Amino acid sequence: MTDTAHLEAHATGHDSAHDYHTPTGWRRWVYSTNHKDIGVMYLWFAVFTGIIGGLLSGVMRMELQEPGIQIFRGLADMIYGVDGNVALDAGKHMYNVFTSAHALIMVFFVVMPATMGGFANYFAPLMIGAPDTAFPRINNIAFWLLPPAFILLLMSLFFEGTGPGALGFGGGWTIYPPLSTTGHPGPAMDFAILSLHVAGVSSVLGAINLITTIFNMRAPGMTLHKMPLFAWSVLVTAFLLLLALPVLAGAITMLLTDRNFGTAFFKPSEGGDPVLFQHLFWFFGHPEVYIMILPGFGIVSHIVSTFSRKPIFGYMAMAYAMVAIGFVGFIVWAHHMYTTGLSLDVQRYFVAATMAIAVPTGVKIFSWIATMWGGSITFKSPMLWAVGFIFLFTVGGVTGVVLANAGADRALHDTYYVVAHFHYVLSLGAVFSIFAAWYYWYPKMFGYMYNETLAAAHFWIMFVGVNLIFFPQHFLGLAGMPRRYIDYPDAFGFFNRISSVGYYITFVAIAIFFYATWEAFKKKRSAGDSPWGDGATTLEWTLSSPPPFHQFTTLPKIDSTNAH
Amino acid sequence: MVEMSHHSELTVAKRNKRTAIGGLLLAVAMAGVAYASVPLYQLFCQATGFGGTTQTATDNPKGLIARQMKVRFDSNVSNELSWKVQPARPVTDQIGAVDTVNFVATNYSDKAVTGHAIFNVSPERAGVYFNKIECFCFIEQTLQPGETVEMPIVFFIDPDLDDNQELDTIKEITLSYTFYASNNERS
Repeated sequence: MTDTAHLEAHATGHDSAHDYHTPTGWRRWVYSTNHKDIGVMYLWFAVFTGIIGGLLSGVMRMELQEPGIQIFRGLADMIYGVDGNVALDAGKHMYNVFTSAHALIMVFFVVMPATMGGFANYFAPLMIGAPDTAFPRINNIAFWLLPPAFILLLMSLFFEGTGPGALGFGGGWTIYPPLSTTGHPGPAMDFAILSLHVAGVSSVLGAINLITTIFNMRAPGMTLHKMPLFAWSVLVTAFLLLLALPVLAGAITMLLTDRNFGTAFFKPSEGGDPVLFQHLFWFFGHPEVYIMILPGFGIVSHIVSTFSRKPIFGYMAMAYAMVAIGFVGFIVWAHHMYTTGLSLDVQRYFVAATMAIAVPTGVKIFSWIATMWGGSITFKSPMLWAVGFIFLFTVGGVTGVVLANAGADRALHDTYYVVAHFHYVLSLGAVFSIFAAWYYWYPKMFGYMYNETLAAAHFWIMFVGVNLIFFPQHFLGLAGMPRRYIDYPDAFGFFNRISSVGYYITFVAIAIFFYATWEAFKKKRSAGDSPWGDGATTLEWTLSSPPPFHQFTTLPKIDSTNAH
Repeated sequence: MVEMSHHSELTVAKRNKRTAIGGLLLAVAMAGVAYASVPLYQLFCQATGFGGTTQTATDNPKGLIARQMKVRFDSNVSNELSWKVQPARPVTDQIGAVDTVNFVATNYSDKAVTGHAIFNVSPERAGVYFNKIECFCFIEQTLQPGETVEMPIVFFIDPDLDDNQELDTIKEITLSYTFYASNNERS
C-alpha cells in the first residue's frame, strides 16, 4: 500500500458519501444492494442463528452431564405431552434431532453466513479496491434466501420424523440413507432437504458474485499476486462452494426423489446403493470443512501481520497453500468412509492424500509463526483470537493426522475422538477466526471501539471454556464412547461432567460478547479510520469508519510495491 | 479520462457477465457430475467387484488350484415378502471347482408372489473372483401360494484370487442374498 493510493482512496471515500441517494429505514436493508449492508445483515443473521445452534448444544451438554436420561425425557413430556416410556423414546429421538439441527445450523447458517456472507461480502470488495460487488442484486437475493432456508430447517423440527410422536429429523448432518429415506418417512426430512437446497442456491449465487468481483473488479495495479490474503481465501472458498455444493444438491435431490417419487438411487432392493450417497455426500462434505476454515486462514493472516507490524511471511506460499488445500480437499473424501469396505489400496491412497494436506497447512502455520517472529507484537484482542485460532487449529489438525490413518480410524470412527477433532478445527478454529475478524473489523464496520478488557475477557473465558468442553472428549473417544447417543456407561461420567462445565463457562463468555457489543454501541467511542496503526496496510483502513455508503468512486491505484 | 473510465466500465460489465456465466456453468456441470456418478459408480462396481459385486461367467477356463475355500450361504427376506428362504449348506472345495448348490424358497402367503434377490459377497474384496454361471438372482421368481422351489446356483471361484495378497488369509467366503418383493407385487 503506497501513500499515493492511501491519500487518493481516502479522499474519494469521503467525497462519494454525499453524491448518492442513500435509502433509509427498512428499505435500506430489505432492498439492499450494498455489499457492506448485506455483509452486516449476514453477520447479524449468523449471530441470531448462532444463539439457536449454541443453545441446542447446551441442552445436549446438560443431558450428557450425568449418565442416564434426565433432560430430554422431561422435554418430550413438555413438548409432546407424552409420558412414561413413550416420553423416554421421544426424548431419545429428540436428542438425535438436536444433534442434527445443531450441526446443520452451525455449518450452513452460522459459519458460512458469517465468513463467506458477512466478512467476505463486506471486506473482499474493500480490500481489492472495488466500489461494490459485481452483482449487487444477486447479492441481495443470496442473503434473502437464507432466512427462508433457516425457517424451513426450523419447521422440519416440528414435523413428523421417524413416526408418530417423533418429530424432526434425527439422522445427523450426514443424512445417510436408509435412515434419511425409509428411516424417516415423515415430512421432517423433506423440509430439511428443501432447506439445504435453498441455502445451497444462496451460497452458489454468493460464490459466483464474489468470484466475479475478485476476478474483474480489482483496483488498477492490484494483480492477483498483490491481492490481500483474505481476498485470496475468499476466491478459493468461492470456487470450493461452486464445485462442492451442486454435488450435495444432486445427492439430496436423489434422496428427495427416492423418498417421494419412487426412484432407487440409494435403495438396494431396486439396485441402488446407499454407499453411493456417502461418496457423494463426502465429495461435498470434505471441501465443505475447508469452506468453513479457509476464510479464517485469510482473516488470521491479516491480524497476525497487523499486530506484529510486519508484512505476512511468505505471501506467495500462503496464497498457493490455500489453493493447494482447496484442490487436495476434493480428492480425500473417502477418509470419512474407511469403515465402508474400501480395498486396502484405496485406503492407502486416501491415507496418503489426506496426510498430504498437512503440508500446505503446515506451511500456513509456519508462516504465521514466522510473521510473528521478530515482530513488535501487541496482544490486542483480535491478536489474542488469532493466536488462539492458530493454537486450537493446530491441535485439531494434529488429531486430524491421527484420524487420517485408516488403521487408527477404524477404532476411532464415530467416537468422541472425531467429535473433539472437528470441533477443534471448526467450533474452535473457525469460530475463533470469526471472533478474531469481529474484533479486528468491528471498529471499521461500526465506527465504534469496543472495550478492550471485555473483549480480552471474552477471549480468555471462551478459550478456557471450549478447551474444557472438547479436550476431555479426546479421552472419551479413545476410551470408546460413541457419538450421537443420549446415554453412556457410568465410566464415561467424569470427563462428560468436565465437558459440560466447559459449556457453562463458554456460555458466560458468549454473554460477555453480547455485553461488549452492546457496550460499544452505547458508549459510542469513535474508533478512527485506522485504529490498529501502521501494521494494518490493506485498503479498508484507508476509508472512514464506518466506510462511506459508496466507496472508491475513483479507484485507488496500487503501484508496484507490496500491496498486501 | 472520463470517457476512458466509462469505456472500461462497459468492458467490466461484459467481463462480469462472462465470468458469472462461467461460474454458473461450472455449478450446473457439478450437479451433472453428481448424477453422472450414479451409472459410473455401477459400472465401477461391476468392473472391480467393489462392494462385493459378483461376476458372471459361462465356465471356468483357468482350471483348479490346490488352495481350498469354504463358501457359506446366507439368505434374508424383506418383511414385505411372505417367503421363507433356506440357504444352501456350506461347500468346501478347491478354488476353481464348479459347484452347484440349492436355495429352497417357500411362499407362505395365499397368493402368487414375485420376488427378486440382490446379493453380495463378504469379504467384499472377493466379489471380483466370485463367478456365477447360473443363478436364480438373474431373474425374477414367481411362487404360487404354498409353493416350494429349489433355486440353484452354479458358481466357481476364480483361481486368480490366490494372487491377491489382500486375500491371503481368507479361508471363507460368504454369499448373501436378500429377497425383496418385486415392485408390482407390493401392496
